[in-house]
Amino acid sequence: MNLDQKFLWFFGAIAGLLAIASIIGRILASRAKTESSMSTIENLNQRVNAWWGMVIIFFVSYLLGGNATVILFGFISLFALREFITLTPTRLGDHNALFSAFFILIPLQYVLIGTHWYSLFTLLIPVYAFLLLPAIAVLSQDTDAFLERAAKIQWGVMICVYCISHAPALLLLDLEGFKGQNALLLFYLVFVVQMSDVLQYVFGKLFGKHKVAPLVSPSKTVEGLVGGGLSATLIGGCMFWMTPFNFWQSLLMSLVIVVMGFLGGLVMSAIKRSLSAKDWGTMIKGHGGMLDRMDSICFAAPIFFHLTRYFFSAQ
Amino acid sequence: MWISNALISVLRFLIGVTARWESPPDLTRQRIYFANHTSHMDTLAIIAALPPEARINVKPVAAADYWGKNAFLSYISQKGLNAVLIERNPAPGVNVLEPIFDVVRAGHSIIIFPEGTRGNQPLPGPFKSGLYRLAETFPEVDLVPIYLENLHRSMPKGKHVPLPIICTIRIGDPMPRIAGEEKQLFLDRARDAIVRLAE
Repeated sequence: MNLDQKFLWFFGAIAGLLAIASIIGRILASRAKTESSMSTIENLNQRVNAWWGMVIIFFVSYLLGGNATVILFGFISLFALREFITLTPTRLGDHNALFSAFFILIPLQYVLIGTHWYSLFTLLIPVYAFLLLPAIAVLSQDTDAFLERAAKIQWGVMICVYCISHAPALLLLDLEGFKGQNALLLFYLVFVVQMSDVLQYVFGKLFGKHKVAPLVSPSKTVEGLVGGGLSATLIGGCMFWMTPFNFWQSLLMSLVIVVMGFLGGLVMSAIKRSLSAKDWGTMIKGHGGMLDRMDSICFAAPIFFHLTRYFFSAQ
Repeated sequence: MWISNALISVLRFLIGVTARWESPPDLTRQRIYFANHTSHMDTLAIIAALPPEARINVKPVAAADYWGKNAFLSYISQKGLNAVLIERNPAPGVNVLEPIFDVVRAGHSIIIFPEGTRGNQPLPGPFKSGLYRLAETFPEVDLVPIYLENLHRSMPKGKHVPLPIICTIRIGDPMPRIAGEEKQLFLDRARDAIVRLAE
């Protein structure tokens, strides 16, 4: 199979899955009787509709080429950071630091991916932003909760910009026998993460009894985690034909993605709670905000990126 | 109007502008919207939060010393925002509110910031008497409180670029009218109506 054929198979399969989900959603909606089941089904259908939208956006970005995908993730970072900062208490003295984060750091980080400047891409936020953002803030001479404010802004930028940017950064890897096909790897990552979220949700709704961490995330159950996580791992393993991995390697990679995604969801949920919010935002109907959809990617992308780079780079 | 539509699109991209109505509004009635004031985007944010069919008839009240300062701002305010400009420091003997009275008499709804200037706190400061005089002169018009959340974080006084922070426009039910209410009591009650929306 060549690149385009793989893509058509991939997107065709997803469209098929979504079509089935839409039909099931319709049937369930016509059968729902009680108030609570109706609202669950309505939320389910909103989620499926939002999935159609997200898949179409990704598909179009692929058709437009690698730069369009990088720009797409730039906007995802912008909207994610917007949600993070909205819930984080900041003060007037943070205005210039936040301005730099939104309007200088985000474009710069993604330009570095677009121009394949790998070393600066990995250093920009952990080193330069880490030192310069508090330096910009300190010029406003507001010392109230200075450490907390600096820490929160750095955390937001790490999660929303640095971590998310590792997904499109897969495009700049030079992999053994995989030249020109890196976009497939990006879709593989996004697919496994989201499949794991969806299957955990489905298994949780169908069989969920024991909560994993009720104080952090009341919707996550052991049954959902194990059932959904293992099925997503298996599905990911079977997707090896669109990666540089063989079946077993792909299975292990998917396991790592699923585990990191789960941990990401948990950590981001704890942060949300510590900021006393239920959802990060309202951007994506049925799902909540951008970060509610991206929380698992934030944690899975950097690890997947580095494992792939370490083990599969061309010599 | 393409200018206001373009401005609203930019605003939505940056600060989201989510409208939260306390209960579904009766937009057929003439209304005086009054809100806390913290940024230059406030007027546009309220217009963006209103349903498109309600925007046409709404005129925001804006200060002539800022929005009439140069050709660009006055073009935006008059053509784009459909604003009524008033003088904050009028010549003696001139009624500042006269232009507002005219548009309300003509049947328009208006948007007014009763503090008279921008503050830098989440909650509004004391109100000037303009709202009281409007309420007295037009007892049949609905007085609708609005709380603008987070706009003071996005573009605080003294800053010229808005940060992308999601702002929520909380629009309350019309204030109940009390006949013969004393001025200060009325102004306190109006301010409390906004503070209540902030909670």
